[in-house]
Amino acid sequence: MSFEQVVFCFLAILAAFSAVMMILQRNPVNSALYLILNFFCLGGLYLTLNAQFIAMVQVLVYAGAIMVLFLFVIMLLNLGDDRRLREHLGLRMYLGIGFSVALALELLFIFLFRSSNSAVQQSPNAVEMGTVEYVGKVLFTKFLFPFEVTSLLLLAAIVGAVILAKKKIAE
Amino acid sequence: MIPLDYYLILSAFMFCVGVLGVVVRRNAIVVFMSIELMLNSVNLSLIAFSSFLGDPTGQMLVFFVMTVAAAEAAVGLAIIIALFRNKQTVNIDEINILKW
Repeated sequence: MSFEQVVFCFLAILAAFSAVMMILQRNPVNSALYLILNFFCLGGLYLTLNAQFIAMVQVLVYAGAIMVLFLFVIMLLNLGDDRRLREHLGLRMYLGIGFSVALALELLFIFLFRSSNSAVQQSPNAVEMGTVEYVGKVLFTKFLFPFEVTSLLLLAAIVGAVILAKKKIAE
Repeated sequence: MIPLDYYLILSAFMFCVGVLGVVVRRNAIVVFMSIELMLNSVNLSLIAFSSFLGDPTGQMLVFFVMTVAAAEAAVGLAIIIALFRNKQTVNIDEINILKW
C-alpha cells in the first residue's frame, strides 16, 4: 500500500468510528468531542483530495467555531448527566434502526449495481484547484452574488440568535 | 491513487449514522450534532466529485454549506436555550407545544 492509501484508510476508519461513537455516547460532552475528532478526520480527507483551503476552513470553522458553540451550550445547560433523559428502546427506536439500515442498503446497492465505471483518476487540475488563490478567484467572479447573499444570511442569523436567546425582561 | 468509490462509501456510511442519530436519540443537542454530521458527509461527497471531475463548483458549494451550517448552529442553539429556559428539558419527546 502506498503512503496515500495508508493515510486514507487511517482517516476513514477513524472518521467512521468517531461518527458511530458520537451517537452511542450518553454524555453529550463526549458526543461533541467525538464529533470534533470526526471533523478533524474529514479535514485530513479533504487534504488527500487536494482541497487545501476547504480543509483549513473545516478545521477552523467546524472543529473550531461551531463545536465550541455546541460545547458552550452543553455546559451552559448543565447537561452532564443524561440520566434524567430516559432514552428507552421503544417501537420507534426499532423503526428508526430499520429505516437507517434500509437507507444504508439502498446506498450500497447503488455502488454494487451501477452501470458504468466512474472516474478512477483524480483530475490533473485538481492540484491547483484547492489553493486559496484559485478558490478566491472563482468565489469573487462566478459566485460573487451568492457570496454577497451569504452576508445577509449571517446578519439574519446573528440578529435571530440574539433575539431568541435573550432573557425576557419583566415588564 | 484512491478510487472515488471509497470516498462515496464513507460518505454514505456517515450519512446513515447521522440519520440513525436523528431518529433514535432524544437529546435535542445530540440530534442537532447528528444533523451536522449529515451535512459533513454530503460535503465529503461534494469535495470528492469536485476533485475527480476537476470542477471547482463542488468546493464552492461546500463553502456555502459551511456558512449556512454556522448560521444554523447559532440559531438552533439559541432555540434550544430558549426551550430549556421554558421547559427545563432538552428531551424532544417532552417538547410538543406545537402539536395539537
